Amino acid sequence: MLHVGLQHFLLLGALLFSLGLVTVATRRNAVGVLMGVELILNGANVNFVAFNHYVTGGVSGQVFALFVIVLAAAEAAVGLAIVLSIFQTFRSIDVRLADTMRE
Amino acid sequence: MSRKIYTWVVLAALVVTFVGVLGLEVARGASLPGDVALGPFTLRDLLFYLFAALTLAGAGATAFSKNIVYSAIGLLGALTGAGAIYVFLSADFLAVAQLLVYIGGVLVLILFAVMLTNRITEVTVSNVSLGVPGGVALLVATAPVLAFVALATPWPTRTPDPLAPTTRAIGNAFLTQWLLPFELASLVLLATLIGAVIIARKELKADEPDPSLR
Repeated sequence: MLHVGLQHFLLLGALLFSLGLVTVATRRNAVGVLMGVELILNGANVNFVAFNHYVTGGVSGQVFALFVIVLAAAEAAVGLAIVLSIFQTFRSIDVRLADTMRE
Repeated sequence: MSRKIYTWVVLAALVVTFVGVLGLEVARGASLPGDVALGPFTLRDLLFYLFAALTLAGAGATAFSKNIVYSAIGLLGALTGAGAIYVFLSADFLAVAQLLVYIGGVLVLILFAVMLTNRITEVTVSNVSLGVPGGVALLVATAPVLAFVALATPWPTRTPDPLAPTTRAIGNAFLTQWLLPFELASLVLLATLIGAVIIARKELKADEPDPSLR
């Protein structure tokens, strides 16, 4: 277990995912929730690239990871625009205040 | 006082990362032997553990810091560490893309949103989490399961290829096998650009004076 292999990278990805999940679940700040989403996507990316290197070969996994990066950037842009809009409406970015549509 | 020390520790870790990645590239360019034995470890192992520690420390700071600005700095560490990890997996183009898109784009955007939406005086108040005990409980519930799956499954591994530049292979793959998703991704980016502008702009009524003119 001392020398770095596939399991090390998978373990890193799993821990990144778990910490991102904790961030999404416990934050009340909408920007904090978006940070957690970024952590989760990074954990998935580490797994993609690790499997690409140690199992399949080629570059398919890296191409998939690039698509994930592109969509994460798009998600961040739209998500932060929504956060700014919520802030202008409610004067707060506490996600528990923005429940107008729940009723 | 302790916060100041914490910030400096994070900054020092970032500098170490940069120097480490640069040193790795230089070492490979000079075609030094890749595995220098240092006791039971090789140099590659030690660098991996260093960057993994940086990544996890940053992710932990993002998850558990009370201050949203420190969370953003922790996210910077986590993203930088993950980018360095990609270099170990022969994904040099991906590492650079991570640096450009995540750290240069997404992280700056997040910091921008933090500064716009937080009145600086209540920074600590506005990042109250639902509870550190709940977060720790969730971590204890999910992480061991995922770690067990990662460690116990007999993955069909093969001997990895030697590290080589991937930019040419990725370009070929994008323009042959993955052409349709590639074009769709550019459409998605265009839609995102327009959508973000429309969502974030202020609505101006025709009979109201422009507030920026006041």
